[in-house]
Amino acid sequence: MANYGSIIQDGLWRNNPATVQILGLCPLLAVSSTVVNALGLGLATTLVLIGSNGTVAMIRNIVRPELRIPVFVLVIACFVTAVELAMRAYLYDLYKILGIFIPLIVTNCVIIARAEAFASKNTMARSCLDGLAMGLGFTVILVLLGALRESLGRGTLLAQAHLLFGAQAQHWTITLVDDYRGFLLAILPPGAFIGLGLIIAIKNRLERISWRTSDINHTKPVTSA
Amino acid sequence: MEALRKNMWRSAVLLALFALIGTGLVAYTFDVTKDRIAASERAAIIRTLHSIVKPSDHDNDIFHDTLEVTDAQYLGSRKPVTVYRARLHGEPSAAVLTVYAPNGYSGAIKMLVGIRRDGSLAGARILEHRETPGLGDAIEAEKTRWIESFQGKSLTQPDTQGWHVKKDGGYFDQFTGATITPRAVVQAIHNALLYYKDHQDLIFGPAPPPGG
Repeated sequence: MANYGSIIQDGLWRNNPATVQILGLCPLLAVSSTVVNALGLGLATTLVLIGSNGTVAMIRNIVRPELRIPVFVLVIACFVTAVELAMRAYLYDLYKILGIFIPLIVTNCVIIARAEAFASKNTMARSCLDGLAMGLGFTVILVLLGALRESLGRGTLLAQAHLLFGAQAQHWTITLVDDYRGFLLAILPPGAFIGLGLIIAIKNRLERISWRTSDINHTKPVTSA
Repeated sequence: MEALRKNMWRSAVLLALFALIGTGLVAYTFDVTKDRIAASERAAIIRTLHSIVKPSDHDNDIFHDTLEVTDAQYLGSRKPVTVYRARLHGEPSAAVLTVYAPNGYSGAIKMLVGIRRDGSLAGARILEHRETPGLGDAIEAEKTRWIESFQGKSLTQPDTQGWHVKKDGGYFDQFTGATITPRAVVQAIHNALLYYKDHQDLIFGPAPPPGG
C-alpha cells in the first residue's frame, strides 16, 4: 500500500502524468503558449482530478466491474461540466481564451487513467491526494512549457495575468526583452512538441544522474527529487 | 438465465441512478452560476463597446438598445447581426455594428465597428478570429495598436482607393508575413461604412424607448 509521501512523489516526479505517462498531450500542447493559459487549464484539470478520484473511490465498492467505465466517464463528465460553468461565471475572459479545451478535459486520459488505476482500488483520502498530486504534476509541466514558449516566443512572462488573478495582476507581466521581435516557432504547435521533448529529456537526464549517485552509495535507496 | 436477467436489471438501475445524480449535480451548478455567467458575458460585451464608444459619449443602455439587421454583401454574414445604438441626450451619437470579414486567412473574423453620427469611425475591435498566432493576430487590440489606425477615418478620408492595405496601393499598413488578414479587416470595415451610409435611417429610425 502506497503511503501519502510516495503518492505525492509519484504525481510530481516518478510517475508524472506529462513526462512519464505522457498522457493528456492534446491540452498540454495546445494551451501551453503562455504561462497564464497553462496555469488556468492546469488548475481546472487538478480540480476535476480531485473530484473524480474522490467520487470514484467513494463508489468503488458499489459499482460492478462491468459497469465501472461508463460510471467513471459519467462522474468525470459531471465534474468537468461543473468546473466549466464555474470558470465561465468567475473567470470569463480566461474561459473564452481556453475555449474548447475546458470541455475537452473530459477526454484527458490522465483523469480516466487515475480513476481506473488508482481511485478504484484505494480509499477516498488517498485517491483525493493522488488526484491533487497528479494534477499538480500536470500543472507544473504545463506551466514550465508555457514559460518556455512564452519567453522564447514573445519575450514576456505572465502576460495577461489579470485574466486569472483579477485587476491587481494587471502589471505582473515581466518583459524579458524590450522590443522583442518574437520567435514564431515557439508559439506555433511545433514549438510545443519540441519544448515538451526537451523537458522530458532533461527529466530523464536528472533521473539518470540520481540513479548513478545511488549506485555509488549502495546503502541509500533511490530517493529522487 | 434468471440470474443473468437479474444482473442486467441491477446494472441498469445502478447506471440510471448515477445518471440521475450526475444530471442533478450539473443542473444545480448551472442554476447557481447562470446569473453570474449572464452578468460576466454582458460585462465583457459592454467593456468592448466602451473601448469603441466612450462611456461619456452615450447615456442610454447601449447593451439593450439594439437592432438586428441582415446584409450578406456588406456585413459579411447571411445571418442577422446585432447593431448597438449609442445615444446622448436622446440624440443618436454612434452605431456599433457587428460585422464579419468572411475572407480571413483561416475563416471569418468577427468584429465590432463603431461609426459616429457624422460617418467617421469611432473605432473597431476584433471579437473572434482564428488567424495565425504571432502573424495575423496583430489585428487584436491587445497585441498591437494597428486596429487604432482606423479611428477617425471615414468614406472620404481616405478615399475609396485608400481603403486598401499599402501593398494594394492603399493607406493602411499590412504586417510582415501577413497581408491577407489586414486586407480582410480593411475591406470589412470599409463595407461597414458603406452599409451605414445607406442605412442610417433604418438604424436610428424608430424613436428611442422612453427613459434609459
